[in-house]
Amino acid sequence: MFKLYGKFFAIHLRSQMQYKTSFILTVLGQCLTSFGAFLSIYFLFARFHQVEGFVFQEVLLCHAVVLLSFSLAEIVFRGFDTFAGIISRGEFDRFLLEPRSPMFRTLCTRMEFSRLGRLAEAGIVMAYALSTGVVVWNWAKAGVLLLMIVCGTLLFAGLFTVYASFCFFSIQGLEFMNIFTDGGREFGQYPFTVYGRRILRFFTYIIPLACVQYYPLLYLLDRAPSPWYALIPLGALLFLVPSTLFWRLGVRHYKSSGS
Amino acid sequence: MSVQNLPRFRRPYGIFLRIRFLNGLQYRAAALGGLVTQFFWGGLTICLYAAFYRSDAAAFPMTFPQLVNYIWLQQAFLALFFVWQNDNEIFDCISSGQVAYELCRPWDLYGMWFARNAAHRLSSAALRCVPVLLVAALLPAPYGLTAPASWQAFLCGLLSGVLGFLVVVAFVMLLYIATFYTLSPLGLRIAVSALSEFLSGGLIPLPFLPDGVRQVVNLLPFASMQNAPFLIYSGSVTGPAILSTMALQCFWLGILFLVGRLLMRRTLRRVVVQGG
Amino acid sequence: MIQLEHIHKSFRVARRSAGMKAALHSFLHREYTTIHALDDLSFTIGDGEIVGYIGPNGAGKSSTIKVMSGILTPDSGTCRINGRIPWRQRIEHVREIGVVFGQRSQLWWDVPVIDSFSLLQSIYSIPDTLYRQNLEELTQLLHLEELLRTPTRQLSLGQRMRCEIAAALLHSPKILFLDEPTIGLDAVSKLAVRSFIRELNQNKGTTVLLTTHDMQDIEALAQRILLIGRGRLLLDGSLQDLRRRFATGRILTLAYEGGALPQLPGIRVLTQEPGHARLALDTTCTSTADAIKSLSQQLSITDIAVEAPTAEEMVVALYKEYQI
Repeated sequence: MFKLYGKFFAIHLRSQMQYKTSFILTVLGQCLTSFGAFLSIYFLFARFHQVEGFVFQEVLLCHAVVLLSFSLAEIVFRGFDTFAGIISRGEFDRFLLEPRSPMFRTLCTRMEFSRLGRLAEAGIVMAYALSTGVVVWNWAKAGVLLLMIVCGTLLFAGLFTVYASFCFFSIQGLEFMNIFTDGGREFGQYPFTVYGRRILRFFTYIIPLACVQYYPLLYLLDRAPSPWYALIPLGALLFLVPSTLFWRLGVRHYKSSGS
Repeated sequence: MSVQNLPRFRRPYGIFLRIRFLNGLQYRAAALGGLVTQFFWGGLTICLYAAFYRSDAAAFPMTFPQLVNYIWLQQAFLALFFVWQNDNEIFDCISSGQVAYELCRPWDLYGMWFARNAAHRLSSAALRCVPVLLVAALLPAPYGLTAPASWQAFLCGLLSGVLGFLVVVAFVMLLYIATFYTLSPLGLRIAVSALSEFLSGGLIPLPFLPDGVRQVVNLLPFASMQNAPFLIYSGSVTGPAILSTMALQCFWLGILFLVGRLLMRRTLRRVVVQGG
Repeated sequence: MIQLEHIHKSFRVARRSAGMKAALHSFLHREYTTIHALDDLSFTIGDGEIVGYIGPNGAGKSSTIKVMSGILTPDSGTCRINGRIPWRQRIEHVREIGVVFGQRSQLWWDVPVIDSFSLLQSIYSIPDTLYRQNLEELTQLLHLEELLRTPTRQLSLGQRMRCEIAAALLHSPKILFLDEPTIGLDAVSKLAVRSFIRELNQNKGTTVLLTTHDMQDIEALAQRILLIGRGRLLLDGSLQDLRRRFATGRILTLAYEGGALPQLPGIRVLTQEPGHARLALDTTCTSTADAIKSLSQQLSITDIAVEAPTAEEMVVALYKEYQI
């Protein structure tokens, strides 16, 4: 399976390198997309200095973690993110004709390397945020940071999967999923506690985005009430259970409606 | 109203609007989905600014209800004022060379594309703005949409909204034209959309920018898009400033329109001569 | 062995209507209609057969293929292909079938064809030796030597179709479903595709089910025809059977000297000029041989041509008879 994935990876890379100039320009364009978000944070903090006890560098770290996770998920799990097109062009029929799991096949079908632009931008912001010394480092904290990014990526993948599963039933009206995907990226730049207790609860128990930013961030900043906060990102992975089940339900529905 | 009853010169434009609108009606789930998204988006944005307001109310460049009005108007008229809300068919038609067919039709291409883009935006806004405005108006203070400061503010806001909308479409026309020349239409579109989103006040309202930056950004054509009407409606731009804001909008509309027409003529000549 | 018994499948679709008023109305209240895509469909196809599956657009051809390839689960009825139920044992089942959709590609647009093939090798886990052997054979039979190193986007439609067919056969399937394989191809490519399918069937015993609108495909390949209309199987027989039933007319074109045209049962005069006539003959009343005999007794014929209806015209007559 890893070998097959590697083969798909190579073929995607070769495909996208066919148009090198266009590729590079698109990467540069992508670089700019999140720059506006960075500028917004910068200018707002120039005016207000802190929000709910978080200062600029701390929010920046949160922004970078979420953006890194989102861009990684966009590169790797692009097939789920663009699933409406895969369904409407009948590509999914093709997947079902092959002796592989449709989920794995969807994973393999798109890899969007031009999103490296966004990833690079997120990486630079993170490097800057860390260089300000806002976090007092030790090995455990480095591990937690990594955990935040990995779990964040998988959580976004889960959200893309939910979106894709809806596509089996209808490809209309799915714009509301943007609340959690694009919205997760936009609003997740600030620790969710900023939006009030109820919203924080929603993003903890329903869509567990706060599990990969707010709680572990408190740990990184030595403000967590308990060291267990370091492991909260793992809780976000629970989201993958219902999203996978929903995907299965979707495939079953698709096979019986064929549309 | 049937097509035949329309005055002759308006026909194609009217048809575009009608087709778009009918098309939009077919997708009621899409309309509902969009509504939910915009409502949620607006709500969270307001929560964010409420947090900043709590942290330092004195640093707020406008009153909180004014900001709330700005956000709800932005969500309600998303389709009208954001550069990325485009009719992608035109981009595809240019990149794929299909534009040759468009050139064979007996109409002025600039006007046609202008109308198409405007129709696309108007029809998707028409379906969505009323419910968003309605629900936003019903929310409790200070989170709900409130009536404008005065009827003058309302009228000027409306007029400025029309101007802002035309500025957006005229700007997108330049983007269409640039597609003829660039090697990466997608990269260009992404970059320009991101840039204009920030500079037009799509991410944070322009009054939140620090001194120095703000004055410069206010003069750019992007500030003549959503920023002007929303600020006028909510009453954070008042008095003679309204007139100068709208004069600037007219100025940019004229410039963008003229430049667009000129470039379009030159581009099409080039396309005809070189065969794409 | 393919066995379908009493397969039913229906879909619910939203009704769409034209006009502003109707659109506004359906925005608030939507009406649905049920379409019976497959309505009690049963047939059996033995190993090594080539079967032409015909019917007008929307008759249920694609739905049938989807059921047989495990993509679509029917509402009721049974389907067994080589002993398996396609939609239950999808993965084992699809290893044994190859599918070519004439309008949809399984090749990667921007990379050389050989890369797509090698990807398919991994997807189907084809052992190296078998893969090389199949590739060599297919390359030779379909004349792919020069195409393999070319990106798909640079291939002509005919070249691409040859590659598509090869791609569907790399894993040596026992059954091949071809959905309009010759659509849009030029005459040379059509002939190449047809002769390849015939050879494949003869040499390897591959079962082939072919849907097409091109009756020449059927004439060239299919020993047996299944006609489907409105989701029902209307006819199952050989092309000769069909001819006997539906190609009963002949057109006779005569050049003659002197004499008057005789009145014969089953003959209708289409055009007549001095020394020249076109006659329509119904062979159920008078056989072609008898007609020529009696004509030549009464006229001195200098030239005669007999035309049978083409397969195309026959199918038109067929659709007309079944009102589909």
